[in-house]
Amino acid sequence: MGVDNPLGENIITTSLDKLVNWSRKSSIWPMTFGLACCAIEMMATGASHNDLDRFGIIFRASPRQSDCIIIAGTVTKKMLPVIKTVYEQMPEPKWVVAMGACACSGGVFDTYSVVQGIDEALPVDVYIPGCPPRPEALLFGLIKLQEKIWNDKNSFGSAIGLGTRIDGAIA
Amino acid sequence: MAENNRAVLKLKEKFASSILDVVEFRGEVTVTVKKDSIIDVLTFLKQSLQYNLLTDLTAVDYLGKNEDRFMMVYQLYSIPNKDCLRIKTPVSEVDCSIPTATQVWQTANWLEREVFDLFGITFDQHPDLRRILMTDDWVGHPLRKDYPLQGPDREPYKGRLS
Repeated sequence: MGVDNPLGENIITTSLDKLVNWSRKSSIWPMTFGLACCAIEMMATGASHNDLDRFGIIFRASPRQSDCIIIAGTVTKKMLPVIKTVYEQMPEPKWVVAMGACACSGGVFDTYSVVQGIDEALPVDVYIPGCPPRPEALLFGLIKLQEKIWNDKNSFGSAIGLGTRIDGAIA
Repeated sequence: MAENNRAVLKLKEKFASSILDVVEFRGEVTVTVKKDSIIDVLTFLKQSLQYNLLTDLTAVDYLGKNEDRFMMVYQLYSIPNKDCLRIKTPVSEVDCSIPTATQVWQTANWLEREVFDLFGITFDQHPDLRRILMTDDWVGHPLRKDYPLQGPDREPYKGRLS
């Protein structure tokens, strides 16, 4: 990159933004929020065969330790205030994954009691279609989320109070 | 046959003027009685004929089909006799209330709350008549046939191209 390497192989040069992005994308800790059959596939994705741990993805049972929420299943109007509360309890920066047809659009439940897509309430970063999506699909969606986080701009600056983070999909 | 059913014979003997209909379909006996005598009938069935378990309590909306819009349904089971019985009673839309069955079976409490929540039938003397499935501030009763499926605040679905 045009920079001499006087200290040998022990030093790498990068930007602070990339350093922050790299650490964030390599340790996505999702909030467990299983609502329906999608949760079974989410659990299967976390178990040993698919093993989310190898991407640094570790499920947390507390929103205060999470930076991602996977909405896995049908969101009823009665459950929506709970999801909003949990989302608000998560520290910034935070991402939302809508897993499955119900979370994306309400799915087959086009009725009075079901929210027609979680994007009516939360800013969704990744939509994963399927009913339910296979573990491979969830993995693909989470890798897409990693790519999105990797492309964030001003991650470091926003962390120390200079400006705002520019979303990877827009940047 | 339904006419030979032990419970039906006893009911006909004791509540002859209250019984509207007796039907047997595939071994299931259904007795329809007048609303005024429903509690007397249920109490008699529990205390004298050992129908000690209320397995389910629900309602049906016959909007535009029957003169009395709603039909209350009580699914009874006798544990000692291993015998099922279904009791029905019509409820009109104008007088949309019925005495509570909690005075006979305590389990009717939540079942009646569900019927109240989804059909809007009120239960007189019920100890705790609140909504149980929908939120407290919900308007309307979703299982009524004239309740819009996708909710009152949405344009109804008219096919793929709508």
